[in-house]
Amino acid sequence: MSDDQKARRDMIARKFIEAIPHARELGMTLTDIDDGKAVIAMDYDERLVGDPETGVIHGGAVSALMDTCAGAAVMSHPAAAVATATLDLRIDYMRPATPGDRITATAECYHVTRSVAFVRATAVDADPDRPVATATGAFTIERAKR
Amino acid sequence: MNRPEPVQVIKQRRDATLDRLIGGVPYIRFLGIQFDRRGDELTGILPYADKLIGNPSLPAIHGGVTAAFLEVTAIIELSWGMIWEDMEAGKFADDADFRPKLPKTIDFTVDYLRSGLPRDAYARARINRSGRRYASVHVEAWQDNRSRLFAQGTGHFLMPQRDG
Repeated sequence: MSDDQKARRDMIARKFIEAIPHARELGMTLTDIDDGKAVIAMDYDERLVGDPETGVIHGGAVSALMDTCAGAAVMSHPAAAVATATLDLRIDYMRPATPGDRITATAECYHVTRSVAFVRATAVDADPDRPVATATGAFTIERAKR
Repeated sequence: MNRPEPVQVIKQRRDATLDRLIGGVPYIRFLGIQFDRRGDELTGILPYADKLIGNPSLPAIHGGVTAAFLEVTAIIELSWGMIWEDMEAGKFADDADFRPKLPKTIDFTVDYLRSGLPRDAYARARINRSGRRYASVHVEAWQDNRSRLFAQGTGHFLMPQRDG
């Protein structure tokens, strides 16, 4: 891929996140992007607490982070999708995220066909050795009409 | 012979318990999720808001919001079933600080069937299995037509350990 193509793809992927109202609302920031790979972080926010006794972030907010990150990974893949949508997503919650910690998701397309991308994602808090959650999903690859 | 309780007493007790169950969770308020109660049956309602959009060009509700809505509906349905008998026995009546412990999600799988349109969404959960320790719940979500689901999900939950 030429530098021009790469710059264009990076721009599309970044805009993809910035243009998502719900991702903005949750304060997500795209921290890294590569061919079929993306890293997105989300700061701790009391509005997202799922268990008021412990202050732990709700699993649903972690799902939104993983879904967005997986979508960004699909958009950054050289398959050059113009859009993507989630077909299915399975999330395993390994442990509660530590209250106060920023959560960082990393997603990678591990297989891509003409019309489908298979993605794996992992979310960690301040302790990167013990994942908070992992996810696998299938995403559509929508191509420009010729 | 005991006379049946007046209907307003029953309704007040159930609605107050449901409010306490939901009102204590910031994330449920953040998404704006409400619950409609008919007897013991609950329907989750996700009123449309611009901040829920994931794809502005369609526009469509964010897949993460859909997943969260399904998961919240499953958790509330499980908790509601768990506390029903104690509630009906009046165990929470004197305890203003009562807040039931919530089940914890082990895993959750969402099947996206159609894009979520920019309008209100509804969800109903069915408990397929509820043991002392683990539970399995299926949730369906729709918008205009009950028979045209836009998403469904299945999750496994760890039940809170109960006293006594």
